[in-house]
Amino acid sequence: MEQKPAIELRNITKTFGNVVANRDVNLKVNRGEILSILGENGSGKTTLMNMISGIYFPDHGQIFIDGEEVVIRSPKDSFKYKIGMIHQHFKLVDVFSAAENIVLGLNEGKYNLKASTERIKEISAQYGFELDPEKKIYTMSVSEKQTVEIIKVLYRGADILILDEPTAVLTPQETEKLFAILRRMRDDGKCIIIITHKLHEVLSLSDRVSVLRKGEYVGTVETANTNESELTEMMVGKKISLNIERSEPENTQPRLIVNDLECIDRNGVKILDDITFTANSGEILGIAGIAGSGQRELLEAIAGLQQVQFGEIVYNDPKTGKEENLRNKTPMQIRDLGVRLSFVPEDRLGMGLVGNMDITDNMMLRSYRKGKSIFLERKGPKDLAQHIIEDLEVVTPGASTPVRRLSGGNVQKVLVGREIAAAPTVLMAAYPVRGLDINSSYLIYNLLNEQKKKGVAVIFVGEDLDVLTELCDRIMVIGSGRITGIVDGRNTTKEEIGLLMTKTKDGKQND
Amino acid sequence: MTNAKTKQVHEPLIHITKRDDCSFAKSAIVHLIGVVIALVFSSLLIIAVTGQNPISLFKSMFEGVFGTPIANSGINKKYVESLHIVAILLCISLAVTPSFKMKFWNIGAEGQVLMGCLVSAYCMIEFGGEMNNTLLLIVMVVASVIMGAIWAIIPAICKAYWNTNETLFTLMMNYVAMTLVSYFIMVKDKSGRSDLGIINERTGYGYLPDLFERNYIFNILIVAFVTILMFIYLKYSKQGYEISVVGESQNTARYIGVNVKKVIIRTVAISGAICGLVGFMIIAGDKHSIKDSIVGGQGFTAIMVSWMAGFNPIVMIPVSMLIVFLSVGSKFATSAFKLDNSIGDILTAIVIFSIIACEFFIRYKVNFRKSAKGDK
Repeated sequence: MEQKPAIELRNITKTFGNVVANRDVNLKVNRGEILSILGENGSGKTTLMNMISGIYFPDHGQIFIDGEEVVIRSPKDSFKYKIGMIHQHFKLVDVFSAAENIVLGLNEGKYNLKASTERIKEISAQYGFELDPEKKIYTMSVSEKQTVEIIKVLYRGADILILDEPTAVLTPQETEKLFAILRRMRDDGKCIIIITHKLHEVLSLSDRVSVLRKGEYVGTVETANTNESELTEMMVGKKISLNIERSEPENTQPRLIVNDLECIDRNGVKILDDITFTANSGEILGIAGIAGSGQRELLEAIAGLQQVQFGEIVYNDPKTGKEENLRNKTPMQIRDLGVRLSFVPEDRLGMGLVGNMDITDNMMLRSYRKGKSIFLERKGPKDLAQHIIEDLEVVTPGASTPVRRLSGGNVQKVLVGREIAAAPTVLMAAYPVRGLDINSSYLIYNLLNEQKKKGVAVIFVGEDLDVLTELCDRIMVIGSGRITGIVDGRNTTKEEIGLLMTKTKDGKQND
Repeated sequence: MTNAKTKQVHEPLIHITKRDDCSFAKSAIVHLIGVVIALVFSSLLIIAVTGQNPISLFKSMFEGVFGTPIANSGINKKYVESLHIVAILLCISLAVTPSFKMKFWNIGAEGQVLMGCLVSAYCMIEFGGEMNNTLLLIVMVVASVIMGAIWAIIPAICKAYWNTNETLFTLMMNYVAMTLVSYFIMVKDKSGRSDLGIINERTGYGYLPDLFERNYIFNILIVAFVTILMFIYLKYSKQGYEISVVGESQNTARYIGVNVKKVIIRTVAISGAICGLVGFMIIAGDKHSIKDSIVGGQGFTAIMVSWMAGFNPIVMIPVSMLIVFLSVGSKFATSAFKLDNSIGDILTAIVIFSIIACEFFIRYKVNFRKSAKGDK
């Protein structure tokens, strides 16, 4: 008989209310194999894995481990079957050391940190992790924290590992390192499932790929026999072009000049230092960097939401030619100056929109103050909402549906639509395609390109370096609150940007 | 492949899943079932504890609320009296709503109302007879409203500027208000009684006039007016919109340039002002006397009304009616049947608890283990 699969799912179905997260999903993974689960956001990848790791319980279907049917009711059960999941959002105690976090919650009789540290070192050596077990979590980089999470499940003896979007927060160099480790684990006979929506990673890492689309199982293919466009077609359900258009900038003029900007956070730590750059009209300026390097603070400082310690933010008014310093002006004051600054913040439902309000009321956020009446004028916003729903193909039961009920892509369309409707001269967008499916992402890129052609100065903070290098005219790289380089989007490579991302201020590599 | 027989394995007995939307009809049915269950449960309790017939007890509750007045209660019809109690509770509920909608956990309505009472009583005593009665009433209204607002603004300012905990702060302000009232009574009446008796009993200075030959009607009309105003304010005004935005997400409010501090202070001041108005209504339109327990915990009951109604002023009308029906009715019934007062409280608690529990069944679905595997 053939080898029994390490884990097999048969006809797994899970629904949330009326939403089918998974329908009749079948999956098989052998030992010594890496399986990618590919699918767009909302296609049910994470839900499926959560059922294996005991967080959800399937409505129908069976799970087999080594050919035996099992029931996984809780994460404890899943540990019993040696399943370990590394979540997208790390679950670590900040003030504990790596070793303390790894043994936390384990019941191995006596608490002996020294012995545990030895075992952690053994595991690290075996697979090539670089980790100091005594280092505290809060001093760690994202990739180190991820290492802790992986060792945590290995320490518990897991031989089926599930990684949920492990590369989302890593630089290209760190990703390569992680992949090398995963390959070593595979060769050691472990069974590895990795959830992702990045095609090139799937192709370079995995042995087989299973594709999910809208909760349905589409199929499994051998990585060796497939290519990007076939996988995209499986994922989206139709052929789409993966090229992002990039036109030559025309009539560029300095629109926003940031000079020597410095900001400190609550604890007095510098979060932005010595930031100097110019955003031109008719151009897309990309901002790259490891998450939390000061991108958010920079945009918020420009939008008037972050106290500026030093430096200036000068806006060149295209109509009057006048220069306005926006430093430490409130968003109201900025608007009163006639500066048409639109801002698509990173936190869509926590900052850009109000989740419990409907689309119409969210349209009003920017404009409700207009006019002297003490009462709201809902007609204009209602028309705008209708307009955006039609133009951007927002999938919603109607303009009076609370935006939190919409899917991620549709929420973003509502937000971007509103910000563009204000006819901006500067448009800032922080991670505008995070969590969006391919179609919605391309729609957003097109909208940004349209604005660029209209002569808007577009500032685009992104995380996917492929997209940044394809979309942006210039790319500014930030590392720990400082600019580590500004490169031409047409002649740069991902690797160059990746290196700049980890560069420290004295020019040395940070790794 | 393997056709081996699958082992009989156990699903968890129940698992809970989230529902999407619950239609209005469905939610009404759930609530109805909740009330029926509550009634059955309380009936069992009544039989078990008191041995009385629950049906006649319920009947007596209705009589207590709508029935003919007891001999010495004057010309009022009983339901007008009940309606007045509803009005006062409703008005305090309306008062706390803007703060709660803004997620400012103001549990100081009790104290804010009490301060309104105190100032009204003070004006009645000090200015009664010194000026025209209409003018006196106006002075009382203005003073009470301002006092209520001040009592609320103090914690609001501390919250806005120093991010103090408004729950503790407003709660403590209640005790300060009570102590102030006790002090006031002590100064005005050296005899050491806990209340001042009826103020201006002979002259009637500072009493709200009767309408349609009945008292209380004035208060009821004021509350009806406040209800409509509050509904419009929250739903259609720019300030109401700002309250919702600040309550949902202060970050969003900052992002669109709302002055969050200003909105917090303004909104809480409105809450306090309406509480002050209630204080005036209690003194001028009802009690004509003052003691430190005159508000009787309605400041807290109001919070429950406001929440149960989902902060919708119109829904608050039936909710406050239900609460008053339960408390007045059960008080009457327990005294008619010579039962302990706590039985009434227990009945009230059972009904309210089951209504709140309905929320759970509206939001979530409970799935039981299917007995036979494989079939749908």
